[in-house]
Amino acid sequence: MTKQAILRVEGYCKQFVLHEQRKVIPSSHDVDLEVFSGSLTALVGPTGAGKSSLLKGIYRTYLPSAGRLIYTTADGRQIDLARADEHRILQLRRNEIAFVTQFLRFLPRQVTEDVVAQPLVQRGRPLEEARALARDMLAAMNMPRRLWGISPATFSGGEKQRVNLARGLVAKPRLLLLDEPTASLDLKTSDLVVGLIEKLKQEGVAMLAIFHQPELVKRVADRVVELKPPIMTDSPLEEIA
Amino acid sequence: MDRVLKVRNLSKRYNKGCPACYRKTGADFDSNICPDCGSVVAAHDVSFDLYAGEILGIMGESGSGKSTAVKCLYFDQEPTGGSATFYDQGEAYELFELNKAEQRRLVNQRFGMVYQNPHQGLNFEISAGGNIAERLLMSDVDNYDRIRQRAVSLLTRTEVLPERMDEMPKNFSGGMQQRVQIAKALATSPPLLFLDEVTTGLDLSVQAAILDLILEIQQQSHTAMIVVTHDLGVIRLLADRTLVMKYGRVIETGLTDQILEDPQHAYTQRLVASAL
Repeated sequence: MTKQAILRVEGYCKQFVLHEQRKVIPSSHDVDLEVFSGSLTALVGPTGAGKSSLLKGIYRTYLPSAGRLIYTTADGRQIDLARADEHRILQLRRNEIAFVTQFLRFLPRQVTEDVVAQPLVQRGRPLEEARALARDMLAAMNMPRRLWGISPATFSGGEKQRVNLARGLVAKPRLLLLDEPTASLDLKTSDLVVGLIEKLKQEGVAMLAIFHQPELVKRVADRVVELKPPIMTDSPLEEIA
Repeated sequence: MDRVLKVRNLSKRYNKGCPACYRKTGADFDSNICPDCGSVVAAHDVSFDLYAGEILGIMGESGSGKSTAVKCLYFDQEPTGGSATFYDQGEAYELFELNKAEQRRLVNQRFGMVYQNPHQGLNFEISAGGNIAERLLMSDVDNYDRIRQRAVSLLTRTEVLPERMDEMPKNFSGGMQQRVQIAKALATSPPLLFLDEVTTGLDLSVQAAILDLILEIQQQSHTAMIVVTHDLGVIRLLADRTLVMKYGRVIETGLTDQILEDPQHAYTQRLVASAL
């Protein structure tokens, strides 16, 4: 039996048109891949191959320039994330698709456990319940308890990244996008993250991920997709009329 | 998902206008003044949907038409064209076809408005509590004790000391006046709230507290909001989706993070680049 992909990327391209400089900057180029439930697809390739651009296109932080991003929703419908209505995207972000980026973005003045609880609150969980789950997640990430009640503003890079991961994982998304989630973590914490990723796989979460360390790809990836840098002419910047 | 508001092709033009007005103004012409007849096209062809619990940002410089659009929806100004449908408790209201009494009912009970200038939103002749009572009286609450109770709970929620509810707004700081304005707007638990440059001109720390309050209200009450601002920081913090306006036109619309990270229009690119 062949399993159906939860996300199918067909011919995805992203380029940036910079009006002021009258330039087109190519990024992801003609990407095809599939992502399955309970499995992790790793993106590899040199800097500038458009790995992050693909993740951002799927999350619609970037507007895709070409291609289709066919996502199968929890209720079995197929939608093209590249073209879906913005309200639909917001709904999917709230309920199904999570994105852990390299940098933690959080509301200023919000304490760590509330930052992590946020995705649950947005799904309508009562605040206290959401906080309890957030605390469990922070504990699983080995975050010192004394940090839970303060804002992540003053945290180290590794601590922020753990908060970021905890927030991405807490609501058990159906599709999880990971952009170098372990870049500033020590070995021990990376091991922890590997454990969590394995657990998510068992729970059926589909993951598409970029890892800083090649050995991590070996350890957790079920599929590896290599992105090639866009074809350059003389210069990476092409003049536009 | 429940739609709260549907706006289609909203236009507002000052002066009589001529056939060329809409054709010869807008972002492409770097002007909202018609070269043929001199009419001002403050807003043209503004369309969007707003859902329950959503915060929509309208961003643009002064003169872009962002406030005009909202003022038309709140009946502060009369639109020249277009339609707006408000969905509330199973009914659909064509806003621009309502008579004055029906408009007043919506403004008094189902809409909330917070202006940049508290003098517009508050009656400075009566106390803070009186301002809230006034709004409650115009809806359907008329029991003195219940009005007072409600005023106390609203002011507490917006962090105005209830002990000060009998003081006049002029005795309050700017941030405090804004809080009273927000409390007044929320008095009838409206499903739709308009916020027009509500933090502009306030101290940074006061701005932060007001923005926190707005987010808290949105999370607790699921109120749909339209936030008009020229401040990218406010947009980033509050809005799920954003409309960018210039010379009366919507030049770009999208998810807020997309507008900020992958702006499409030359003007938005310049705006974002100058802020970061």
